[in-house]
Amino acid sequence: MATLKELAQKEELFSGGHRLCAGCGIPPIVRLILRSTSAGIVATTATGCLEVGTSIYPYTSWRIPWIHSAFENAASTISGVEAAYKALKRKGNVEKETKFIAFGGDGGTYDIGFQALSGALERGHSFLYVCYDNGAYMNTGIQRSSATPYGGNTTTSPAGEVVPGKQQWRKDLTRIVVAHNIQYVAQASPHNWSDLSKKTEKALKVDGPSFMNILSPCPLGWYTKSEDSMGLAKLAVDTCYWPLYEVDNGVLKVNYKPKEKKPVADWLKVQGRFKHLFKPGNEGILKEFQERVDEEWERLLERDGKHM
Amino acid sequence: MAVEEKNTRCQVGLTGNSAVAYAMKQINPDVVAAYPITPSTGVMEEFSSYHADGKVDTELITVESEHSAMSACVGAAAAGARVMTATSSQGLALMWEVLYIASGMRLPIVLACVNRALSAPINIHCDHSDSMGARDSGWIQLYSETVQEAYDNMLQAVRIAEHPDVLLPVMICLDGFITSHAIENLCTLSDSEIKEFIGQYKPRHSLLDTDNPVTFGALTLQDNYIEIKRQQSQAMDMAKDVILSVGKDFEDSFGREYGFLESYRMEGADVAIVILSSAAGTTKVAVDELRRSGKNVGLVRPRVFRPFPYKELSEELKGVKAVAVLDRVDSMSSFGGPLFVETRSAMYGLENAPAVIGRVFGLGGRDYRVADAVDVFELLLNIKDTGNVDKVVDYITVRE
Repeated sequence: MATLKELAQKEELFSGGHRLCAGCGIPPIVRLILRSTSAGIVATTATGCLEVGTSIYPYTSWRIPWIHSAFENAASTISGVEAAYKALKRKGNVEKETKFIAFGGDGGTYDIGFQALSGALERGHSFLYVCYDNGAYMNTGIQRSSATPYGGNTTTSPAGEVVPGKQQWRKDLTRIVVAHNIQYVAQASPHNWSDLSKKTEKALKVDGPSFMNILSPCPLGWYTKSEDSMGLAKLAVDTCYWPLYEVDNGVLKVNYKPKEKKPVADWLKVQGRFKHLFKPGNEGILKEFQERVDEEWERLLERDGKHM
Repeated sequence: MAVEEKNTRCQVGLTGNSAVAYAMKQINPDVVAAYPITPSTGVMEEFSSYHADGKVDTELITVESEHSAMSACVGAAAAGARVMTATSSQGLALMWEVLYIASGMRLPIVLACVNRALSAPINIHCDHSDSMGARDSGWIQLYSETVQEAYDNMLQAVRIAEHPDVLLPVMICLDGFITSHAIENLCTLSDSEIKEFIGQYKPRHSLLDTDNPVTFGALTLQDNYIEIKRQQSQAMDMAKDVILSVGKDFEDSFGREYGFLESYRMEGADVAIVILSSAAGTTKVAVDELRRSGKNVGLVRPRVFRPFPYKELSEELKGVKAVAVLDRVDSMSSFGGPLFVETRSAMYGLENAPAVIGRVFGLGGRDYRVADAVDVFELLLNIKDTGNVDKVVDYITVRE
């Protein structure tokens, strides 16, 4: 695994000058991932913050070949690129070892791109799918997605007089991807660069599909301060809302177990999107939130080190 | 499949789907991504057999939807591969979003559209509502009357799409069941003749060239979007010369003639029907019958609908007194089908322009018989004699 010094010395493939927000979790995720291999990389990005923020013609932040097609088809687009690579390599038209990466937000992955993702995983293309999960449709103005946390206030699940934010628990996409029985699946967070970098290296070594679900703080949609993003990512992990784990060749491993598991309220209370949950009368929601986090964390711990 | 591959052979009996699959096998594209849908399924079944038997070098992507089929085609074409697919009806409708991306990115993908009606009500039989729904998607569209033409159009489509002046995707259309499932005699070419005719594809940019990275599909706003779209429009215009030159080359090489339109017995015609695809065959029988009884009727069958050959069409029709444009689709605008609307527009401003009426026919596979064509010709002859147009647009082949 590369040291921080080695990573820092690698060529920057994701140029500055992009239009992503200050404090956005996406750029550190992408920069680190692009540094985690010495092979050539071709990437695609689903419509969303990353695409809009990095490709305003005639400028581009991508110092690698990159394509954006539409919102729901990052996985199928990269399928085509990878198939072309195989065909042209067989014919001797391309030689260089190349890795294929698709990036999508939670909207483009959990929701509208879900079918294309499942299909591409089942077909076994060699590619890494990276979901940057900021928990809502941030690019279109913070609408709820199936990744939005329970109780979250978004513009389409507003904390109203009667309905206190999103009424459903988030979809457990990582688990669904694990059910595809692909070789490598991981959940990661940008605050833990070493874990993220190690996981990317593993994911890119797979001859077949691999998947990483990465928590991506969003000051705009979480109603938080730009400078707090990495701390919030860490807190999500320390409260076990966002456990760091991987399923490598069918074996689950919890990569990080906090010495002291913090109450999830510690993570919720510093985000404006959960402000209403701390008003009198909503104690039940907080309790339910904590119980669900506990239950899922316990479920993970039970499977730690075991075959799925 | 008992088809000899080394030589040009005539009297080969194939269905439209088999002929398209065979053309694809001979073209041997780098990537094919497709999803099954009636009536185009046969194309992919046969191509999958060629793949399974090692007859092609293609990467075959059996995707989970047509949306993903066209998305994978876009990815593969941007990676510099020669790419093909086939679909029908709802499948093309599901691709709709990505059709525009393929043409906007100037990717020379070739798609065989086996024409079928759109839901609702669900119907598996022929009409042109699928491809006509995609008429403004920036794809070149070639409509085939016969199995032979479907085969020949597939081969020419590759050359047209990949021409540096064009770089646009091409959709070749054939009528579902009527052409796709009927066995006709055709002449097939040898693999080597095809290889020489289509040549090698040399993409200008490729995602696989990691030493020279390019960005495809950038966000393009008020400052550049219209210029890019204008260039795409100009490419469609320039495609006209390319379609003609590829057709000429095809004729010189293999003896079969292809242009924008086919004119059938238009010499001295007083009235004419304009119609696409297989229904032209039926109409030709009616033309022959009426000509035998001394009535001067003719037929014009556009082979190319996109780019729309408005000059050639109006040139061909300017001498007649009345024209009926028969659409196997209704645009639901209350003003007839798209071929009617565009043909009528092409005639506007001509001196002594003929009366142009539109008739929608044959939706959802309803039979279009010789007698139906004869009725239309009789109506046109009446318009010619009286100057009276009772209804500019109407339906035929429908129970009242």
